[in-house]
Amino acid sequence: MHSLRVVLDAFPAILSGSVVTLGIVFGALFLGLILGFSLALMQVYGKPWQKVIVAVYVWFFRGFPILVLLFLGYGFFVALSLPLEPFLISLVVLGLTSAAYQSQIFRGALQSVKQGQLAAARALGMGDWQGIRCIIIPQALRLSIPGWSNEYSILLKDSAICFVLGTQDIMAKTSFAAARTHEHLALFACAGLLYFILTLLVVHLLQRLEKRLHIPGYTEAGGTENL
Amino acid sequence: MIIDVAFLEADLLPALNRGLQVSLALIIPASVIGFFCGILLGCARTFGSPLVKRAGDAFTALVRGVPLAIQLLFIYYALPKIGIYFDPFFAALLSFIICTSAYQSEYVRGALLSIRKGQILAAKALGFTNVQTILWIIIPQAARRALPGCGNEIIYLIKYSSLAYLVTCMELMGEGKVVASDTFRFMEVFFTVGLYYLAMVSVASILLHWLEKKAHIPGFSAR
Amino acid sequence: MSDEQILLAEHIGLRVGDKIILDDCSLSLKKGELKVLIGPSGAGKSTFLQCLNLLQTPDTGSITLEGHPLDMKKPRALCDYRTKVGMIFQDFKLFDHLTAIDNVSIALKKVKGLSEKNARQRAETELDRVNLTDQATLYPAQLSGGQKQRVAFARALAMDPLILLLDEPTSALDPELVGEVLQVIRDLSSRGMTMVMATHQMDFIRQIASEIIFMEHGRILEQGNPETLLGDGIQSRTKQFYTSLASV
Repeated sequence: MHSLRVVLDAFPAILSGSVVTLGIVFGALFLGLILGFSLALMQVYGKPWQKVIVAVYVWFFRGFPILVLLFLGYGFFVALSLPLEPFLISLVVLGLTSAAYQSQIFRGALQSVKQGQLAAARALGMGDWQGIRCIIIPQALRLSIPGWSNEYSILLKDSAICFVLGTQDIMAKTSFAAARTHEHLALFACAGLLYFILTLLVVHLLQRLEKRLHIPGYTEAGGTENL
Repeated sequence: MIIDVAFLEADLLPALNRGLQVSLALIIPASVIGFFCGILLGCARTFGSPLVKRAGDAFTALVRGVPLAIQLLFIYYALPKIGIYFDPFFAALLSFIICTSAYQSEYVRGALLSIRKGQILAAKALGFTNVQTILWIIIPQAARRALPGCGNEIIYLIKYSSLAYLVTCMELMGEGKVVASDTFRFMEVFFTVGLYYLAMVSVASILLHWLEKKAHIPGFSAR
Repeated sequence: MSDEQILLAEHIGLRVGDKIILDDCSLSLKKGELKVLIGPSGAGKSTFLQCLNLLQTPDTGSITLEGHPLDMKKPRALCDYRTKVGMIFQDFKLFDHLTAIDNVSIALKKVKGLSEKNARQRAETELDRVNLTDQATLYPAQLSGGQKQRVAFARALAMDPLILLLDEPTSALDPELVGEVLQVIRDLSSRGMTMVMATHQMDFIRQIASEIIFMEHGRILEQGNPETLLGDGIQSRTKQFYTSLASV
């Protein structure tokens, strides 16, 4: 039962790594939310040149592998002589990447809010921006939750690469313990399980959020159901 | 950033072109084999006996819930503990096949489930046998519905093939890392490596777009 | 009208769980007859038609086509049988991924083994007969309901069926499109096609039905020609139902 003891010994360290992992993931998710939403608004309601900027941004971040982006981010931090804090670099790189993906979730949601909604807001005397803010955005955010829960599980899995920069996350702690004890099998299985549980946990929480915010008869398929 | 042509020509591009060949040798077989395994797995999860379905669903959930990096390191570092050895290239190839077939099976299953019962009933009413129904009605419809998802999965695979570097497989990323460490020109090297991937991804997207356009049927893709 | 019997279905019964869906339903068809199934929804008309085409296998009963009893356990025999008994569905069930002409020709090619060229020619003829030559290359999503149903007729008729089963062919259509489909059925009837049809188009039934079969709760309650069931001064369950439909 040597391997069991190794896992038990290493478990506190791996668990502390999961705090770092979740820090990166939620930080990136939040950064991606703010930036991605702005990008989506620019893409749907912006001027032509703004749309071009968004398109190039999305093309770039969706075309580069995360691993390459992480090293590039590291290079950027060096070039700008910013503090070389692996946690921060990982968070920023994953956040900027996630923004590209999240902008597409929000764009889809904004576009699937029915055309008539903005016209109705105008008919009540609201300005365009007021209509977008009070009528379109609340509807679009609700429609984005499923895409958002998907984005979380992708980010969680992507974050497992950040250890290449020296981030002290689940992967780093596991690799370290494995290199020291040569118990790769048990330790990696344990880490894999931990990621699996973290995925299920948050996806479940977001499903509950979706239920709580549910408006009867309001679905993704083009606003209100045909009754 | 000043572009140093001599550095590009002498050091970087030859190394990256070498790496590109290894990357393609990973991506192409992994996507082809993974796609076919994905079809088999997707069919098993849709039409199999309850036991087969449960096993297939569990496998898929596990593979989709665990980061690819862990699966890769597990195959390369952990399996030797129980006597199964792979060199870096085949460890990467195997883990990509496993991972991509699980994701592909999701799209295949979704497409199969989206076929309406009436379509099968209509085929039967015309005297189609089961095999004929599968061949001429189910497959043409399911293939069209699965195409965007399966294509995207291949695009993901292109990017995630860079993880092979983690097990010291000398593909695009690995070659780039060596040049970067030797020359300390991180920005130039990784930007160029990124452009290689971007080019592969863009070619695949254009191809996918063309295929989707070719397979497009008015009013069909929407369920 | 000849007296040659084509189809004989006897004692058809079907239950799902504890529920009896069809109870001892029998039907015989002579060449050129048009028999109409009527009755409230849930009476089992649709299921009866599906059993007559073996899209659902009845628990009990037997079917004889042109004097040959059908072995319901043989898949091959079932496929052959279905090519001889055509079916028109309420919701058309056109193949969504095929154009109108391919919808008609696919079974000719794959089931009957016709060559590409012959199948296409035959499909063109059938589409022409239902006035859809101009729509041949359109996909189902680009057709109106009436046009879809006419493609469905062309598709079924291209197989040269001995019998055509029609499951409420007009009830999914907008009122202004019903006429074009009824016209197709009228033409078929005058050309001597043998048909069994479930419908609520009562005036149409009075004009052309050779026999009315009234079903309720999975049973056949009454059957006879329109005069004997619906004529003046006759008290029948069928007539009651007819009046209730007419008053809506």
